[in-house]
Amino acid sequence: MALIQVNDLYKIFGPNPKRAIPMIKKGISKGEILKKTGCTIAINGATFAIERKETFVVMGLSGSGKSTFIRCLNRLIEPTAGEILIDGEDVMKMGAEKLREVRRYKMSMVFQNFGLLPHRNVVGNVEFGLEISNMDKEERRKKALDAIKLVGLEGFEQSLTSELSGGMQQRVGLARALANDPEILLMDEAFSALDPLIRTQMQDELLELQARLHKTIVFITHDLDEALKLGDRIAILGPDGRVRQIGTPEEILSQPADEYVKRFVQNVDRTRVITAATVGGHATTITYPSEGLKAAIRAMERSQISSVFVTDVDRHLKGIVTIDDAVALQKTGEKDLAVIIKNDVYTTSPSTPISDLLATAIATGYPIAMIDENGHFQGAVSRAAIIAEVNKGYEGSETEMPQTLSDLQDALNDTVQGALQDGE
Amino acid sequence: MDIRSIIDIGGGFEVIVTWLRNNMGWLFSIISDGVNGMLGISRWVLQTPPTFVMIGIFTAIAWFVASKGVGVFTFLGFGLIWYMGLWTLTMSTLALVFSSVVIALVLGVPLGIWGAKSDKVWNVMRPTLDFMQTLPAFVYLIPAVLFFRLGPVPGVIATLVFALPPAVRLTNLGIRQVPKEIKEAALSFGCTNRQMLLKAELPVALPTIMAGINQTIMLALSMVVIAGMIGAGGLGNEVLRGITQLRIDVGFEGGIAIVILAIFLDRVTQALGTASQKRTGG
Ligand SMILES: Nc1ncnc2c1ncn2[C@@H]1O[C@H](COP(=O)(O)OP(=O)(O)O)[C@@H](O)[C@H]1O
Ligand SMILES: [Mg+2]
Repeated sequence: MALIQVNDLYKIFGPNPKRAIPMIKKGISKGEILKKTGCTIAINGATFAIERKETFVVMGLSGSGKSTFIRCLNRLIEPTAGEILIDGEDVMKMGAEKLREVRRYKMSMVFQNFGLLPHRNVVGNVEFGLEISNMDKEERRKKALDAIKLVGLEGFEQSLTSELSGGMQQRVGLARALANDPEILLMDEAFSALDPLIRTQMQDELLELQARLHKTIVFITHDLDEALKLGDRIAILGPDGRVRQIGTPEEILSQPADEYVKRFVQNVDRTRVITAATVGGHATTITYPSEGLKAAIRAMERSQISSVFVTDVDRHLKGIVTIDDAVALQKTGEKDLAVIIKNDVYTTSPSTPISDLLATAIATGYPIAMIDENGHFQGAVSRAAIIAEVNKGYEGSETEMPQTLSDLQDALNDTVQGALQDGE
Repeated sequence: MDIRSIIDIGGGFEVIVTWLRNNMGWLFSIISDGVNGMLGISRWVLQTPPTFVMIGIFTAIAWFVASKGVGVFTFLGFGLIWYMGLWTLTMSTLALVFSSVVIALVLGVPLGIWGAKSDKVWNVMRPTLDFMQTLPAFVYLIPAVLFFRLGPVPGVIATLVFALPPAVRLTNLGIRQVPKEIKEAALSFGCTNRQMLLKAELPVALPTIMAGINQTIMLALSMVVIAGMIGAGGLGNEVLRGITQLRIDVGFEGGIAIVILAIFLDRVTQALGTASQKRTGG
């Protein structure tokens, strides 16, 4: 069961909002409903599941209902209709007491403009949530200090938050949210108010924290790059408050669900997101020492390739054998492959983005082997596949592709000819 | 027929005041006893210790709360008051101001919070406060005397009418100005309404509320002379004596004492307001 299950959620602002729902279902546009009823549709029938321990990013332009959505999860905003199940319990049906409990122990929120208390110092802010849940003084101080350590704010415990930079202030916000060790972290454009450099740094730190803590994170952003970087899965909200697509970063980039998503993703540097595993795949191998020279030559002939990977029985990579070496060795009458197994083949993890592989792909003559964290051979990425994928990004874009000199000269000749003819 | 005789506005107020006087006497005597008690305690606290001890205390407060400069000013200023022979009257005025301000805050801060929480309430409160602040003081001196007789009690009541509004207004403003994200943050961690008020709203609004307290004190001081007209005593009496007997010396001496008191109270409460913006810790 998913940790958070959202079913057919609506949030409509305005007088008597429920009457707008039948109109939405009839397909009347957002603008027209606003004109007729004075109601603003912020969330338009959202349904999705957020799994335990994933980072789920909700992305959309300003005004698409992201903040409204995340506030529905802890009912800072009352949803108009639908269901929000957390661990199977409907948040929308909870009484005040139960809701407070969920807010205190189950989920914490991080805000775009930090929402820190100006009259408290760093540790005072961090222990706020614990204080609210009536934890005793010593215990909450201890937990607050732990959280401060976690976000790298040691030494600033007694500082006033107004004396800190934006990045540091958001660390306080993050520490405050982490202090009561919630299962769910809600982050509403948590890094959007920060300078680009600090922002990147905070993103990296969040990824690191998440690798250690395994929270379920709902992260809101208007920045696609941020979404792609942080999200295990991404939901893209359209301007009408409707969810357009939910998928992994790669799915969103490689199979945009509609024109809207496609327009969104076309400016992304795809090579940073598409991984070796996506463009690479199965590679022909032989097993050494159970198979020998003959098997290697046969494998290459059958697959029409000029090199073959050699692994042991446990699929640990031993190296690569080229067709030239194999044929030369055959002429000498030698049968043992060992002398011609080359180990100067490049390796990578399947999750490496292809932008990191491009330079290697151009330099090496062999495919790049993919090896997972257990050291097992997982296939290979050919240089052609990487270059083709990089090129795809430029299709239809304005970027000028390089031309050969002869093309340029031809083009120049044509124009000169044209000019001469016009002159006659 | 005179159109104004249809509704007699002034007569209406008169009827109300007369009715209150005849039927609510018990309430006024309770209020009167309460105010008198407060005045008595304040006066006792301020007038019992020897003058030089009190000057030392005031100087220390000014020195440590505000600044060394204000401390020196307070020492010299209060010394001058003593030198002019106005010490007892000054303490009596301070007791009147103090009592009025305490009552103004006890009423004003909760009213301001209530107004901040409900637009409906505030829509009634706001014009009432405008009315209280702009109605000339002499107009409500009459019913104040009718209800409470001559003396310091109607003085406190008249001062309240004038000095209560800024306490209400600035509390209301301070709470309404608490940034939305701070309130959302507090709620998102599971605050009850009470926790929200005590741990988020009031502390964040405190600098603004302190500005309101400062204004309340200043307005209370500015009522001292008018309150003197209905027998509140203290420095107000002295200034009035200067006016009625055309004694320039008496009038000025009383006036200077009021100014010294005002500067002392203003600087100290302002310093408290600034300090409230720089608090640390839980
Ligand atoms: N309290 C409110 N009252 C009326 N309309 C609102 C309110 N809050 C948000 N909206 C509207 O709902 C839509 C979504 O807003 P929001 O969730 O803040 O978007 P985002 O966070 O994606 O920028 C916007 O059109 C906004 O104007
Ligand atoms: Mg937003």
